[in-house]
Amino acid sequence: MSQTTRDTTPDATAGGAQEGVAAARPSTSARAVIIGAGIVGNSLAYHLARLGWRDLVLVDKGPMPNPGGSTGHASNFIFPIDYSKMMLELTADSTAQYKELGVHIESGGIEVARTKEREEEFRRRLSVAKAWGIEAEIISPRAVAELVPYLDPDVILSGLHFPTCGVVDSLRAGTIMRERAQGLGALEVRANTEVLGIETGASGHRHVRRVRTTSGDIETGIVVICCGVWSPRIATMAGAHIPLTPIVHQMISVGPIPLFAGTVGEIGYPIVRDVDTNMYERQHGGDIEVGSYAHRPIIVHPDQIPSNEEASLSPTEMPFTKEDFDPQLAQALELMPELLGDERVGIRYAINGLISITPDGHPVLGESPEVGGLWSAAASWIKEGPGIGRAVAEWMNGDKPEIDIHEADIDRFYPFQTTDRHVVSRASESFNKMYGIVHPAEQWADEREIRLSPMHQATRDRGAVFFQTAGWERPSWYESNSLLLDRYGARVMPREAEWESRWWSPIINAEHLAMRDGCGLVDLSAFAVLDVTGPRALDSLQNLAVAQLDVADGRVVYTSFLDELGGFVADLTVMRLSGDHFRVVTGGAGGMTDRQWIVDHLPADGSAQLADLTSAWTTIGLWGPNARRTLAATTPDDVSHEAFPFGTCANIEIAGVVGLASRISYVGELGWEIYVPFEQGARVWAALYDAGQAYGLVPVGIGVYGTTGRLEKGYRAFGNELTADYNLVEAGMTRPSVKAQEFIGKRAYLLQRDQPATATLCSFVVDDHTASDGRKRYMLGGEPIVSATGERIVDKKGRPSYVTSAGSAPSLGQHILLGYLPSELAVVGNRLSVEYMSERFPVTVAVAGSTPLFDPDNVRVRS
Amino acid sequence: MDILVCIKRVPMVGGRISLTPDGRGVDTEMLGFTMSPHEECAVEAAVRLVERDGGSVTALTLGPPEATDQLRDAIAVGANAAILLKTDGREWGPTATAAAITAVAEQHQAQTGRPYDLLLFGNEAADTGDYQVAVRVAHLLGHPCATGIKQLEVDVHGVHARREYRGVTELFELPLPAVLSVKEGINLPRYPSLPGRMRAKKAQIDEVDPEWQGDGLKLDGLRVPISERRQAAILGHGVEAVPALVDLLERLGVLS
Amino acid sequence: MSVVCFVEQDAEGVIVDSSLRAVTFARMLSDQSGEEIVAVALSARARGSGGAGPGSLDGAGRNPAEGSLSEGVGQQGHEVLGAYGVGDVCLLVLPRTVGYAPRALATGLAQLAGAARASAVIAASTDHGNEVMAHLAALSHLPMVANCSEARRVGPTTLQLSRQRWGGSLIEDSVLEAAVALLTVATDEVAPVLAPAASEPAARTFTPELAETDIAVRAIESRDATSGVSLANAKVVVSGGRGIGGAEGFAAVEQLAGLLGGAVGVSRAVTSLGWRPHSEQVGQTGTRVSPDLYIACGISGAIQHLAGCQSAKVMVAINTDPQAPIMGRADYAVIGDVNAILPALVDALSQRSR
Repeated sequence: MSQTTRDTTPDATAGGAQEGVAAARPSTSARAVIIGAGIVGNSLAYHLARLGWRDLVLVDKGPMPNPGGSTGHASNFIFPIDYSKMMLELTADSTAQYKELGVHIESGGIEVARTKEREEEFRRRLSVAKAWGIEAEIISPRAVAELVPYLDPDVILSGLHFPTCGVVDSLRAGTIMRERAQGLGALEVRANTEVLGIETGASGHRHVRRVRTTSGDIETGIVVICCGVWSPRIATMAGAHIPLTPIVHQMISVGPIPLFAGTVGEIGYPIVRDVDTNMYERQHGGDIEVGSYAHRPIIVHPDQIPSNEEASLSPTEMPFTKEDFDPQLAQALELMPELLGDERVGIRYAINGLISITPDGHPVLGESPEVGGLWSAAASWIKEGPGIGRAVAEWMNGDKPEIDIHEADIDRFYPFQTTDRHVVSRASESFNKMYGIVHPAEQWADEREIRLSPMHQATRDRGAVFFQTAGWERPSWYESNSLLLDRYGARVMPREAEWESRWWSPIINAEHLAMRDGCGLVDLSAFAVLDVTGPRALDSLQNLAVAQLDVADGRVVYTSFLDELGGFVADLTVMRLSGDHFRVVTGGAGGMTDRQWIVDHLPADGSAQLADLTSAWTTIGLWGPNARRTLAATTPDDVSHEAFPFGTCANIEIAGVVGLASRISYVGELGWEIYVPFEQGARVWAALYDAGQAYGLVPVGIGVYGTTGRLEKGYRAFGNELTADYNLVEAGMTRPSVKAQEFIGKRAYLLQRDQPATATLCSFVVDDHTASDGRKRYMLGGEPIVSATGERIVDKKGRPSYVTSAGSAPSLGQHILLGYLPSELAVVGNRLSVEYMSERFPVTVAVAGSTPLFDPDNVRVRS
Repeated sequence: MDILVCIKRVPMVGGRISLTPDGRGVDTEMLGFTMSPHEECAVEAAVRLVERDGGSVTALTLGPPEATDQLRDAIAVGANAAILLKTDGREWGPTATAAAITAVAEQHQAQTGRPYDLLLFGNEAADTGDYQVAVRVAHLLGHPCATGIKQLEVDVHGVHARREYRGVTELFELPLPAVLSVKEGINLPRYPSLPGRMRAKKAQIDEVDPEWQGDGLKLDGLRVPISERRQAAILGHGVEAVPALVDLLERLGVLS
Repeated sequence: MSVVCFVEQDAEGVIVDSSLRAVTFARMLSDQSGEEIVAVALSARARGSGGAGPGSLDGAGRNPAEGSLSEGVGQQGHEVLGAYGVGDVCLLVLPRTVGYAPRALATGLAQLAGAARASAVIAASTDHGNEVMAHLAALSHLPMVANCSEARRVGPTTLQLSRQRWGGSLIEDSVLEAAVALLTVATDEVAPVLAPAASEPAARTFTPELAETDIAVRAIESRDATSGVSLANAKVVVSGGRGIGGAEGFAAVEQLAGLLGGAVGVSRAVTSLGWRPHSEQVGQTGTRVSPDLYIACGISGAIQHLAGCQSAKVMVAINTDPQAPIMGRADYAVIGDVNAILPALVDALSQRSR
């Protein structure tokens, strides 16, 4: 996530912003051109103006105030809850902005459960609400009917009430923000102006230069695409990709409802989300709007969206397809029989409204990795619009956005993830899950087997159960290892509740124990392998890494990258292969973002260069007490501790293949990551597998590598423990000294080291897993950590405590949790509790800091 | 009273109509469909009459199989039955259309022993605007006929139908059975209720396969007229513009 | 051979503008073939005209067969038709008929067309024109083509036609094969044009044979005493749209229309909202107007509305939104709140007239 624009083009300063509605002479140059006057574009214009930007031009091909995008037909309600912390924070910020603009009405909102499964989900949602301090309460059908008198309580089992839920006037909000930007003399607004092209400079990295519009050309170094469903089309004009697709969300408006005749204002009753039928019902003046995510996914290609002139309503209000909505009528009638069953009230308005949907459900924000100066602020809902406008404005201004939006970074996509096929497939599959009960580990059904390791067939033959990461199919566990279940019996910590057993297997824990007893072989092909070379390779990486990289050739360094404020940007290993040749290895999920971060900070003169060798090298992990014996059986080279110490790497010969072995571990065992030319990976895998049979080798899935092995050792994971919100000191990752060289975030890091940490990352053990129904329950992560008596715990910086990682520690016979606590509470033995499924489970702080619970002296790794 | 209402499926076009690549039809790929506005009023008029006096409303359309959507729309707002005269995608001219409708009306009479008391049409279809199907059907059935009706009463004496023409109110008094075409403004059509929509979903649609015949008019192609896009001269902003406006009116000679 | 053109007259007997457009259109055909244009007008009695005018009739006892030129289009009408190139003015006398009787008219036209060996029968695409022509088509088992804007004869019984679809949003080009072409004319598309040389049309009457069924349906006419200027023919139309904000806002629209001697028009949104009656609606499904001046107040300018007013000579828009589609069609515009501007304009005009 770059904090500076990718290329420096002098800001155009000519052509001042013009006030008034009809600019007589449209500007021919601008500091930035914002395309799209929906909620995001207006918000962005305002926040840039607020940050001192001038000479901004906002263009839209439609008329103001409703140019015809998704903002114009939005149902405009905001539930404060989300499972993503980023989305939740963007929603909270947006709500605050809507309130400040005076366009927010707090109506309350209720999700209603028709099934037992949903009631379970409510208890999980309630925990999330608790974690983030969102008012929420599970209420009886009777209580729901008191708040929503037209709802039949017999149809539902319970409700989840959010009193702070509300509705906003997003068009009005956009208008006010636009006018404020104009009032600051910062913005020229051009309605009915269509963008015809975005020209880029030809020399070196492409950079935007000029926007061609139906009202003239505008010279500019910065273009922001806030075009919602049109964004891919506009990005293509500059040769860039914004992977999203327009998809239909059906909505009808029914009225006039006699009960609503007396309502003052837009809404007098809480919004109802009938989540088990994928629908919502909300009052809108005299009408009730019924929206659905239940119908078949209806994808519309951006090029198929009609123009403002061609559309019979607005371009994004497509013709209603009744047959798709028909099945929902009965369910809506069932829930609100009197209100909707009234023959005198009619369907007065019905649309197939277009909304944006991305492959992973997150917005697409930031400067395009493909074209310098081309920014995206796309795929936002009304509930995040103003927050996204602010965050992107801060980012464009060179500041670190107050809300950590790295999960929405446009850099995150691999090329295959930007293809129409992929986008459409993911959109189609996720659409009906909009209100679904989605397990955190849930796997996609379609568009699998995109990236396959050379060991794929071998692992498949062993019964690998594949989970997908960055397109790679990674074995999560192996059914062939089910034989181990008998060997380890209760030590595999079987789970009683279906939810925690979903996308999980006790085989993971059996593999873990087998690895600790003998050794395990892990397919790590998803690693991104990035070689940085050239005379300034060392300087460039030193500038990014906290750890000292000026080390002897053949050393392996584990390091973090930080942002200017000392927040985590990446967490990876760097091998110095030779003086000016470094190999950076990072997880597949963050591969593209990490790669872009490095690229963004390479010298412009080409004296250091990055080559992405992910597709050239495959990675095999070999760990366990018998790892050396296994490796030795396949290599003529000396792999003794003395010859091949921890933290080093060397080329060795395995089964006649030359590979790079790196002696490090993420599971707390003796062993190596072995980098092998891709086409020889299967051979090396087979050789190690065969050789290991004498030493108790089993194939081990990512369930061990990513969770159980790591948690027993207290290893932190990027995105879980290591986020932009926390720092090295709080994560317990400080080293005795700080390198002399400059690096990004050093100043902040030094300050952090000088001050007592506000929070401390702790490991917890669960003292009693027994729930009120007698079953043992196991947290999966995200749950609030509260006091023994249930009070929320929030540190001095306002950050609440929650479980950042959770999982089995089979060697310890414990379920281990990681989470930050205010430092004053981070005391070993401190008894607290974790709220899960609306119940409190007692936990104890087992470690405050980074000492591993398993093998605290790291004997195994260094043996 | 038994009423037959004839409707036509037409695309819901926006401000600019796009043509198919061969230039012979409207590109409807991204368009919804509806019945012509005048016909919505015809359905409403029929439903109101039957709600008051009893009887039945049968909606009829001649069109492709998808035109059942419009028949269901009519049922959703109160029609009792529906007949699809199924076509194979060829455009039917008004003569052929009138003949096919007449055949249905005659068959109804043959089967029930009674004619439809009233046949209602829209004054003209939104797309082709032929202005003649109702009149042709009236001639074929030998019924009296009036068009462009904007006010309708039906009693034991028959139909009292009114319209305005050049500042004159024209009242037509017709005995039943009769044929009328109505215009938007005769009523404000209701919206379909949810229960109505659910009834429509389940309703049975009778299908008839009429035989296509030529009309003497052969289509060469369609085109979008070139409309001049002016840019209005701005006389001013707000009330300050009033003197300029008065000057303009004076120049145009509309001030006495 | 001839081209027969049905012409309509207003209450005062004056030939209406739309019929002059129809005659102009008929000339497109007759100029090619050298045929004569026979203009057919109704006897005043058959017109049901009770008004005072050159063609007025009083009493019911006179023999319709006595119909004369003075009962028809009048001297002035005769000259106008001549100026438009009509060669023969024929007064249609409908026995036993009082008031507008579309089928009787059609029967009369059919017999006259036969007698005049007409190759085409033309009428303006008005409510009467279309209705009469539809009856004529049904009676004669011929195709009828409505809303034509161009015609070219390409064979003895073949015409190349252009006609409007979608209220003029599309043009259809087609070929008509018919012994007699029955056409109505898109009057907003065809401007009235005088003939290069005026003719001295002959005048005669024609009395067809009518059956009972022909005269069974006829209009009982009444003039609305309260009606002011008719919207369709008004020289000035002041129209209000959704931007007026409510029914009460139309007081100023009415005042302005009154001061300009014009009629009030509205957009479809306004009638849908119930603010004004549908009779005032301008547009594809309302009234089509062709005034000298059209003032659009708070109307954004949907295509369906513009279809009804695009032939206005001058259009003025008053709107808050300078980007509204109406601005692309208007000649002049005032940007601002219509509810402030209209009362101020009314004040200014009232003071001026004082």
